[in-house]
Amino acid sequence: MDRRAFLKITGTGLGAGALYTVGAAAGMDPQRLAMVELLGRQNGERVTPFSFVQFSDTHVGFQGPPNPLGTRAFEAAVAAVNALPVQPDLVLFTGDLTHDSEQEGETLARMKRFQEIAGGLRVKNLKFVPGEHDAGLDGGKLYRSVFGPSHYAFDHRGVHFVAMDNVSQGKPVVGPEQLAWLRADLARFGNSAPIVVFTHRPLFDLKPEWEWYTGDGDEVMNLLAPYENVTVLYGHIHRQHDFQSGHARHLAARSLIFAFQDPAQTEERKPYPFDKSAPFKNLGIRRLDLAVQGQRPVLGVDDVELVSREFAGTVGIQQILKGVQTL
Amino acid sequence: MNPLKIAVTAAALACAWLPAQEPPKVITITARRFEYAPKEVRLKKGETVTLVLKSEDVTHGLLCRPLKLDSDIVPGQEARVTVTPAAAGEFTAICNHFCGAGHGNMKMKFVVE
Repeated sequence: MDRRAFLKITGTGLGAGALYTVGAAAGMDPQRLAMVELLGRQNGERVTPFSFVQFSDTHVGFQGPPNPLGTRAFEAAVAAVNALPVQPDLVLFTGDLTHDSEQEGETLARMKRFQEIAGGLRVKNLKFVPGEHDAGLDGGKLYRSVFGPSHYAFDHRGVHFVAMDNVSQGKPVVGPEQLAWLRADLARFGNSAPIVVFTHRPLFDLKPEWEWYTGDGDEVMNLLAPYENVTVLYGHIHRQHDFQSGHARHLAARSLIFAFQDPAQTEERKPYPFDKSAPFKNLGIRRLDLAVQGQRPVLGVDDVELVSREFAGTVGIQQILKGVQTL
Repeated sequence: MNPLKIAVTAAALACAWLPAQEPPKVITITARRFEYAPKEVRLKKGETVTLVLKSEDVTHGLLCRPLKLDSDIVPGQEARVTVTPAAAGEFTAICNHFCGAGHGNMKMKFVVE
């Protein structure tokens, strides 16, 4: 089955990572219904409409000039998701939940603080992968003791989700053991199964000299290459990015702590300076909806910026809709 | 003179005339949080150099794709890598083994002339 035959990704902004909606359109004609049934057989479960949100790079514990407000954007994002009239089924966190600390007990305290804020979400189905700031210094030992396994997979309403850890070995790699696990995990799926991979670092060479890559990312993507419907969600780069490789679309969500400047515009990796007139500038979300629309899939992407004007006397979230792409 | 003796003598003379092959130049780079020493290394295009990589504290890395360098630097272990630059230019190398708060800014430069 052609991937274009069943996927629609669209969305609206809400200012918190990214919202994804997976769905089969209401009132489906028999042909579309047949496709959904087929996917259901391949996945062991029918694809039924749902949405999910991606948060990334909350860096709880970070204090510094690019963001003197600490967790305020994270908290605002939680409030924004909670205010959605239809709650998402899942929230995926793509790493750097906390900022690293070498003080004894402090890293654990930051993880607990992260859990406290994330626990404020009305959605209780939360999924995590680590970033290097969570797991790079101790091989992920503390992270796993708090959050559980750093790589795993699960199915949700007909979509297969795969959490990959490309940080715990210190270097940007997944490693042979996880590759073997992924190969075995994918073996039960047909080529048209919808697969969402979520991880921290990009699985392609986005900017190796800024450490925006995964050394064995090609091997991960080779394992995913036979699958026609793959979306890779990641963070790490603290800015939105959209890249297509083969059948796979790679999407980076904005950070909720500070944004890095465009690598095409600057040689040095550096954050945008804090702007107290727009303290959440460049922070926010990416939202996508997956659904069936006629015989063609539509992939719509909304880039959304979280905006707070508290320094100007008003507090609020402005949703900036930057466009919808149709495949 | 015995023809064999003549040949051996000629070969010996020829060897004596050839310049002795010099071992590759060795440059030591020391990593410590969150810097390298030296911060800049100058190389010549086409000239093979051995880099000796050491760490004074934790595990670091050295990544420079244009020079095909990707090495771990483990404390107590000396890593030796050879590099033969194919092109002139300035190339940034980064630490690609997470080493703490300043990791993101740990880098050095290779200048190839």
